[in-house]
Amino acid sequence: MLRTRGWIHAWLLLLPGFVFLIAFTHLPALTTLWSSFFTTPRGRRPAKWAGLENYDTLIGDPIFWKVLWNNAIYAAGTIPLSIIIALVMALWVNRQLAGRGFVRMAYFTPTVLPMIAVANIWMFFYTPGFGLIDQIGGALGFGQTNILGSANSALFGVMVVTIWKEAGFFMIFYLAALQTIPTSLIEAARVEGAGGWTIFRRITLPLLMPTTLFVSINAVVNSFRMVDHIFILTGGGPDNASSLLLFYIYEVAFRFWDTAYAATLTVVLLVFLMILAIGQFFLFDRKVHYR
Amino acid sequence: MLMTKFKAAAAALAFAAAPAAADVDLQFYFPVAVGGAAADTIEELTAQYVAENEGVNIEAIYAGSYQDTVAKALTAARGGNAPQLSVILSVDMFTLLDEDLIMPFDDFATSEEDKAWLNSFYPAFMENSQTGGKTYGIPFQRSTPVLYWNKEAFKAAGLDPETPPATWDEMVEMGKKLTLKDDAGNVTQWGVRIPSSGFPYWLFQGLTTENGAILANADGNEVSFDDPKVVEALDYLVDLSKEHKVMAPGIIEWGATPKAFFEGQTAMMWTSTGNLTNVRKNAPFDFGVAMLPANKRRGAPTGGGNFFLFKGASDEQAKAAFDFVKWISGPEQSAKWTIATGYVAPRPETWETETMKAYAAEFPPVLVARDQLEHAVAELSTYENQRVTRIFNDALAAAITGQKTSEEALKEAQAKADAILQDYR
Repeated sequence: MLRTRGWIHAWLLLLPGFVFLIAFTHLPALTTLWSSFFTTPRGRRPAKWAGLENYDTLIGDPIFWKVLWNNAIYAAGTIPLSIIIALVMALWVNRQLAGRGFVRMAYFTPTVLPMIAVANIWMFFYTPGFGLIDQIGGALGFGQTNILGSANSALFGVMVVTIWKEAGFFMIFYLAALQTIPTSLIEAARVEGAGGWTIFRRITLPLLMPTTLFVSINAVVNSFRMVDHIFILTGGGPDNASSLLLFYIYEVAFRFWDTAYAATLTVVLLVFLMILAIGQFFLFDRKVHYR
Repeated sequence: MLMTKFKAAAAALAFAAAPAAADVDLQFYFPVAVGGAAADTIEELTAQYVAENEGVNIEAIYAGSYQDTVAKALTAARGGNAPQLSVILSVDMFTLLDEDLIMPFDDFATSEEDKAWLNSFYPAFMENSQTGGKTYGIPFQRSTPVLYWNKEAFKAAGLDPETPPATWDEMVEMGKKLTLKDDAGNVTQWGVRIPSSGFPYWLFQGLTTENGAILANADGNEVSFDDPKVVEALDYLVDLSKEHKVMAPGIIEWGATPKAFFEGQTAMMWTSTGNLTNVRKNAPFDFGVAMLPANKRRGAPTGGGNFFLFKGASDEQAKAAFDFVKWISGPEQSAKWTIATGYVAPRPETWETETMKAYAAEFPPVLVARDQLEHAVAELSTYENQRVTRIFNDALAAAITGQKTSEEALKEAQAKADAILQDYR
């Protein structure tokens, strides 16, 4: 009797959370999967069963493969770099230095700014002819650049903005973690005669591992999720050179109004994120030392 | 919230005053693609109409960019809550038809006067507004691209500041004289700038039209992207940078184009007449406005938004919406709109008003766009328009950035577009 009441109590407490989770996460995910097996309904032609037809289209869609490849480059380029820069910045501002508060704030500012504003600032940097980069380059005798307007460099132009934006955010986590490392450990190591590099490698870095796991999961998710700046900077161009998976999904869904194919692409994105999350938790987790 | 209360109060008052006549409520979505004055002007005109016509309430709702507005209207319609009236890109006509959302204006033009009104627009604007013998769109915020040139730069290069290039060859010749380099060999001023970001097809359609090609049929289910004349036009565009070196290489940003013109980065630019007021206010030098240069013929696309009538409106609502559209396209209203924004007034009658005549006398460049209309053709528009133009845009970008040759890129685009459009044939 008491046991049953305990169960009911527990379920009641969980209920509000479940309702929202089911209504806004699980149900939409399932309907997405369901719609990916139908054709897109148009006013004059209702949706009809399509089986795996949409998945067939997907495999034969060169733009899908291109954005997937772009996304891989984007992830491989932005994740490690933004984490390393974040760590270096955190180590730097964790020391005693003049104007420390100011430097911390300067590093953190990009995080506070909305992505659209960031993109507009960088748009000005990149503008050929009279943008900041070309003004500085021109003063030094270099010619005009067109970073966002060339197929080879557009994606990198977009990646630089992401790294600039993300590094400051991750720095805050590293900074918080660094401050929880007991100074006694470092002092003890010094007494033993360890140099700065050894202390970093043997003490600081291992103790930062839980933070690194957290930050890297965030970075992976963001590399699939952050596309706001692409709307401003390149619109995915030239010829999809800077388009990413989520940006492509948006275009298919809300520009082309091909909702069934957009659902199919979304299913692929979901599967990717699931695999990545599972992989990170089960493989990476073993190497992390929790205190 | 306040608006709702206000409307409720107004409705209650109207009910008290005239219990027999029920009010007609209309929702009207509009986008704004140019500066702030546009939204104010639309709201002002709507308020004026409501004040003059008792028993009609029109709620004018600003819905963002063109892209946002069509997305909002489609979403609202799917939720069974479509507006009765909306301004949407004229090229989205086939999409709206495909979604079965719009009604032809002909159904409501019953009197002789109404029929005459339907026929009173510039034909170039109606090409994007009619299909299958019916009129689905009424031109409202319509534009066309023109060439702007910097008279001081022309003088400095030893050219006649009053003569813009009239042909493709002249544009290259003049461009060469206008392209300036510093001692290190870096370009400080380009000859010409034809922006290619976002929607390169629009300005490129100027080139294809001049070369005698038509990109899509009137039924919106055939395109001719791989027509040799289109390939030739794309070669010309690519060669402006590659061969003649009178235009910056790579994709050129649309949004930064007027600024580049003001900064003296380029001596000539192609852009919308919608920028006319902006250039007039901000160019620190004397400038001229000309029709796009000709090759086999003069030519340009039209662009911009039309009024669409949505299904789901009651008979009274549809009639009221029709009457409102007719009123707002009237000469005085239309003149006010054109002066505030730079959009081309879509009916000859407007240009006959004293207001417009005075404005044109004071600022003659506004007439260039109107005069170009006789050479203008329909903007590229097909079923699944966004997707098909995107394919075309990608092909243009691939050729401009040197990834593919013009012919290769356009052949591929044709094949992809055919695969989509064959469902509509």
